Amino acid sequence: MNEQAAQKMQVSDEVAIQIAAMNKWYGTFHVLRDINMTVQRGERIVICGPSGSGKSTLIRCINRLEEHQAGQIVVDGTELTSDIKNIDKVRSEVGMVFQHFNLFPHLTILENCTLAPIWVRKVPKREAEETAMHFLRKVKIPEQAHKYPGQLSGGQQQRVAIARSLCMKPRIMLFDEPTSALDPEMIKEVLDTMIELAQEGMTMLCVTHEMGFAQAVANRVIFMDQGQIVEQNEPKEFFTNPKSERTKLFLSQILGH
Amino acid sequence: MTQTFIRTEMLPPEAPPARDSGAIKWLRENLFSGPLNTILTLLGLFIVYWGLSGLLPWIFGGVWNAGSLGECREIIAARTGGDGTEAACWAMVRERWHQYLFGFYPSDLYWRPTLAFGLLFVALAPVLFSQFPRKMFLLTLAYPAVAYLLLWGGSVWVPVMLILLVGAVFFIATRIGGGWGVTTFVVLLLLCFGNPLGNILWFLFRLVDALPFVAVPVAFEQSVLGFLAKIFPLFSHVHPWIHSILPWGLTPVNSDKFGGFLLAIVIGVTAISFSLPLGIILALGRQSDMFIVKSLSVGFIEFIRGVPLITLLFTASLLLQYFLPPGTNFDLILRVIILVTFFAAAYLAEVIRGGLAALPRGQYEAADALGLNYWQAQRLIIMPQALKISIPGIVSTFIGLFKDTTLVSFVGLLDPLRGVTMAVRADINWKGIYWEPYVFVGAIFFILCFSMSRYSMYLERKLKTDHR
Repeated sequence: MNEQAAQKMQVSDEVAIQIAAMNKWYGTFHVLRDINMTVQRGERIVICGPSGSGKSTLIRCINRLEEHQAGQIVVDGTELTSDIKNIDKVRSEVGMVFQHFNLFPHLTILENCTLAPIWVRKVPKREAEETAMHFLRKVKIPEQAHKYPGQLSGGQQQRVAIARSLCMKPRIMLFDEPTSALDPEMIKEVLDTMIELAQEGMTMLCVTHEMGFAQAVANRVIFMDQGQIVEQNEPKEFFTNPKSERTKLFLSQILGH
Repeated sequence: MTQTFIRTEMLPPEAPPARDSGAIKWLRENLFSGPLNTILTLLGLFIVYWGLSGLLPWIFGGVWNAGSLGECREIIAARTGGDGTEAACWAMVRERWHQYLFGFYPSDLYWRPTLAFGLLFVALAPVLFSQFPRKMFLLTLAYPAVAYLLLWGGSVWVPVMLILLVGAVFFIATRIGGGWGVTTFVVLLLLCFGNPLGNILWFLFRLVDALPFVAVPVAFEQSVLGFLAKIFPLFSHVHPWIHSILPWGLTPVNSDKFGGFLLAIVIGVTAISFSLPLGIILALGRQSDMFIVKSLSVGFIEFIRGVPLITLLFTASLLLQYFLPPGTNFDLILRVIILVTFFAAAYLAEVIRGGLAALPRGQYEAADALGLNYWQAQRLIIMPQALKISIPGIVSTFIGLFKDTTLVSFVGLLDPLRGVTMAVRADINWKGIYWEPYVFVGAIFFILCFSMSRYSMYLERKLKTDHR
């Protein structure tokens, strides 16, 4: 990592996301229990944990794909309530990348990338296309711009999904297991894109089991189990010297082979 | 012992092996691959031969030049020597084709429906095929007014003022925008084309009358309602005034003159164009989180689907008049169009709901995560995909709707199948003709419906972008 990147990866004092005493239930099932966390601008946070621990639900609450029932979530100074204006404001500031890409199959790659800027940000079409090409070059697939998502490999689709989010010029990016649906050979190309993004100073929350990625770019790792934050620490300390028994068990299972 | 193998050179791709090809191979593989297949092939060929050998001579040996059914039979008997061979009497079609196409529309005005039909294709072109210029949509928007003028005739100023008024109201509403814009739009439309104040008062008077010991003086009621009916609808004051200055127009033709395929196409095309948007709205309503919207949509869909179309048509011809305030006089064709539209829309709503259900949740989530609002997400992401999935179902519903237009004969309209055929048989010359009208009408319906089916297949191929 060069010096310039290292400087960009500095965490600022500004608060990007503030979650306080947040609780969520699915029916009677208590999925998220008393979540408290503060994310500073420029932080790269990796969230891991066994399946069903609520990690995906947590980041989906941040752009209100899931509604929380108690507590407070403030994103970039906007509190998420049932007010649609606030929700739309937060969603246009927060980019999200899904496990299954969720590209729009009836639109070309370029149209996938320009749709939201044109309709939400009201950017002129030509300008939106220039921005889209810029980000497609950045994720190294400008030559696919006029193809449809179904013609691309999984890794390429996920990179398009990242470019599509970036076209909205988000200040925060959420990644929901972005490499879990990919073949091993394609995981690297997606992770490389994400590492590059991290080095540019993007605030990132990433649910992933890629521990190599966590060690390379994360400044904080959060371990969740049964809907609560069990342990959080800086990556080196987290991996070499986990404190909680539950964390130790989890790490031994995912790193043990 | 472990077998070690290391490839030193990667194999280049090769062409598949050349097999024997051509017609002989195809026949052997598809028709005569085994004893059972051979028997079935021969049996199938025999059935086709048996059917066609009876049908084709009947159709192509038919008589085209005759003045009556009796004359037809004489000609056929003379030709075959009276051996009992039957043949079609197409002379009836030759003599009465215009009634099958136009009903009792005045024959010197046939050019008007014909022109309207021709212009229909111009109006449909930009909707059906994307290679036409976008500007042609203006023609499509103007088409209803033009077609109305051509078909029903009357003053030019009726459709012209209709377009101008609706345009102006729409313009004002979009200037205001948002919920108030929609409200303004509806209120202005009601004032222009209806008598909202009169109707509300009429219902109030009915309510008050229903109360014991209270009675509104009839004279008062009539004077108020009469006064309002003189003012509203505003529209009906504008065009007679302009018409008195510039009396341009076409000979009016009354709705009861409409019949045959003219009637079927007028009802079919109008109902098809309006039922699709209504069906989309109902499908979305049924999926809505808002309780009242959802209940109304479900209630409407289930009620309309649960009732035979003929019931609705009788409602159109008889009951609707009782529910509407006095003085409102809807044309019967218009009433039938409205209920056929409702009927088709209820079915379309369910077809489209199937398409919506087939979309993965991730599509909604991605649209939400990008900050698109509900209508943007529906219009740009959800509907294009859901409608594409539903194309076969939608077109099936359209074809069904078009064929169901023949049911309007039950409310006394002159549909091509029963209405016109009865009229033709009432003529002493063609009394007793049986198969020919049905074959003729059936053939035309088949051509129209088959075209719709082919178009839907073209559209499916064109929109196929998922590369599965």
